[in-house]
Amino acid sequence: MSSRDVILGRVRRALADVTPDETPYELALPRDYEREHGGRSVAQTVELLAENLADYRALVHRCATVPELSALIAGLLAGRGARSVLVPPGLDEAWLADTGADVTRVPDGAESTAAELDRVDSVLTGCAVAIAETGTLVLDGSPDQGRRRITLIPDHHICVVRVPDQVVGAVPQAMERLDPVRPLTWISGPSATSDIELDRVEGVHGPRTLEVVLLGGADGS
Amino acid sequence: MSGTFVGMPAFQRAAHEAVRNETLRGNLRHATHTIRAKRAHAVAEVSDWAELREAGKRIKDHTLRHLDRYLVRVEEAVTAAGGVVHWAADADEANRIVAELVKATGESEVVKVKSMATQEIGLNEALEAEGIHAYETDLAELIVQLGKDRPSHILVPAIHRNRGEIRDIFRSEMSEWGRPAPEGLSDSPAELAEAARLHLREKFLRAKVGISGANFVVAETGTLVVVESEGNGRMCLTLPETLISVVGIEKIVPTWRDLEVFLQTLPRSSTAERMNPYTSTWTGTTDSDGPKNFHLVLLDNGRTDTLADEVGRQALRCIRCSACLNVCPVYERAGGHAYGSVYPGPIGAILSPQLRGTQSEIDASLPYASSLCGACYEVCPVAIDIPEVLVHLRERVAQGGTVTREGTKVVLRPAKGHAAERAAMRAARWAFSHPGALRTGQRLASRTRRFHPRTLPGPGRAWSGSRDLPPVPAEPFRDWWQRTNGGKDGVK
Ligand code: SF4
Repeated sequence: MSSRDVILGRVRRALADVTPDETPYELALPRDYEREHGGRSVAQTVELLAENLADYRALVHRCATVPELSALIAGLLAGRGARSVLVPPGLDEAWLADTGADVTRVPDGAESTAAELDRVDSVLTGCAVAIAETGTLVLDGSPDQGRRRITLIPDHHICVVRVPDQVVGAVPQAMERLDPVRPLTWISGPSATSDIELDRVEGVHGPRTLEVVLLGGADGS
Repeated sequence: MSGTFVGMPAFQRAAHEAVRNETLRGNLRHATHTIRAKRAHAVAEVSDWAELREAGKRIKDHTLRHLDRYLVRVEEAVTAAGGVVHWAADADEANRIVAELVKATGESEVVKVKSMATQEIGLNEALEAEGIHAYETDLAELIVQLGKDRPSHILVPAIHRNRGEIRDIFRSEMSEWGRPAPEGLSDSPAELAEAARLHLREKFLRAKVGISGANFVVAETGTLVVVESEGNGRMCLTLPETLISVVGIEKIVPTWRDLEVFLQTLPRSSTAERMNPYTSTWTGTTDSDGPKNFHLVLLDNGRTDTLADEVGRQALRCIRCSACLNVCPVYERAGGHAYGSVYPGPIGAILSPQLRGTQSEIDASLPYASSLCGACYEVCPVAIDIPEVLVHLRERVAQGGTVTREGTKVVLRPAKGHAAERAAMRAARWAFSHPGALRTGQRLASRTRRFHPRTLPGPGRAWSGSRDLPPVPAEPFRDWWQRTNGGKDGVK
């Protein structure tokens, strides 16, 4: 007998006392919890996102238009002395319009090795959904976000969130928008560890600096 | 379960020794109290905590009640998404499967994400015996591995080490495993983390095989979920060409939507954060993003035996948040090593004797590693009634009875050597000197009256053979006194 049959047989015998119940799952499981916590206006939701991102030590910036964004990004890269930036294939070129030729654009390619990515200074991406209550960015590998590893290896990640359309209030609302078939990365603040006497230290393996740009007006409208 | 720590003394003896270790107690007290206070705050932020807890409990119970169906669904979905599913009835089989998969890649090194399941089966040791080196990449696990030590907490396995000890371990051991610790390494957490970053990055960048567990597996879609903080998980899950995930069969949830419950309760309960820094989900393989080969090893190793126990099966709801450890007065004093298993604390006290059986002295003593104060039940995000299961297991140890071992019903005899009663008396002595614990313990004793033995175990058997034990009252005297204002307010 295969182990598969052994295990399934054991499960069935173990459940001999359970009365069969064919209630469909949606009915068998009441979901009395909230879709989000408390009523908030759109602007308040964006505000909460900014607060919670900052609370988890992400650096939050805001701008209203793409030209402003491109100036901001150029400034952020220059501020760190970044000489190279990883760029996912579907990123809006205009975001980098102000970044000078002294910053090399490294395209995200399947053939690039981890060691090559390790030599890049910064990475710039969009995101799929941002969750206000938890201060979380979700990346789903869409063309403006690239492969999972590009937001992991470089030490500096700039992530642009379009507000308010990409912002939801809480986790349940995010689940509805996400496609489980895509590989997803949820990011809440920079990489952190509390393994040494529970002192929080940023950045063990992932980017130590996470900068989030809220694009679409400081008032979230 | 092969995870019994070799030569491990029974809980009470180990606890007795641990209690005398001042550094260990200091480290533990600091850690558990810090995290406990933070957690209460994080939970208070969510107004519907009670509803989330109830939903989590129900999702897990429903899955366990139909586990055969959901296991088959997981297999179908993962296979359809390009993964390969393997079934392992016990630790040896799981280890064999993983070792063969690694060998088939031609590699002799693997990087590992922190995973309770692989610790439970002793995977690292089994791989080592096959000439395969497994590198732990979680900072705490690295500390434990370099220190040739055992983990002592589910979430922060090196909680028993302070920064000075960690620096010493890094300085003396890192060079044996790869990149040495930087010259003049101090004991500041930031410098220690940086040393670990450099040491491990070298391993990540060349790793061809990654090994992980999973926090959840979604049956409907075949999606696996790993929740972490550091990014070492993401490294292991996305950089290697081959990914092997060893997952207990109790980790399944039916639908994608169910994750909305656990992704709210797990981080708040474990690290007291609104959300952990990184969560990765993957469904089979994806073209040119992440590993090209994905293997899922579904692990039984005592879980179906646990499932067969009508009272004890609720332990399989556990999402390994570790909240019950941080509130447990016994864990705080005894430390994680005293439990003799990778699952310490209250959950370990009910899970290990079920996964492994109660034949060994340590397993027979674990159900007594508690004052029954009930704090573990209060914090559990999936409402496992740990005290209820403890009392149930005590009864089994003391009285014997029918249990399932490796799928077959066997009748256990009462435990030999009366270790259990001795342990019970020690626990009682502790409780009597801690009135708060005694009060809640009594309340619990009333609530679980129907589980109490009617005869005494061991030498008391002859005595109780012709007498009834005094029944536990429906309400503890102290509660009655308080409720009725000392009898002045009437008896009802
Ligand atoms: S038993 Fe409950 S509180 Fe303890 S680790 Fe498991 S889920 Fe968390």
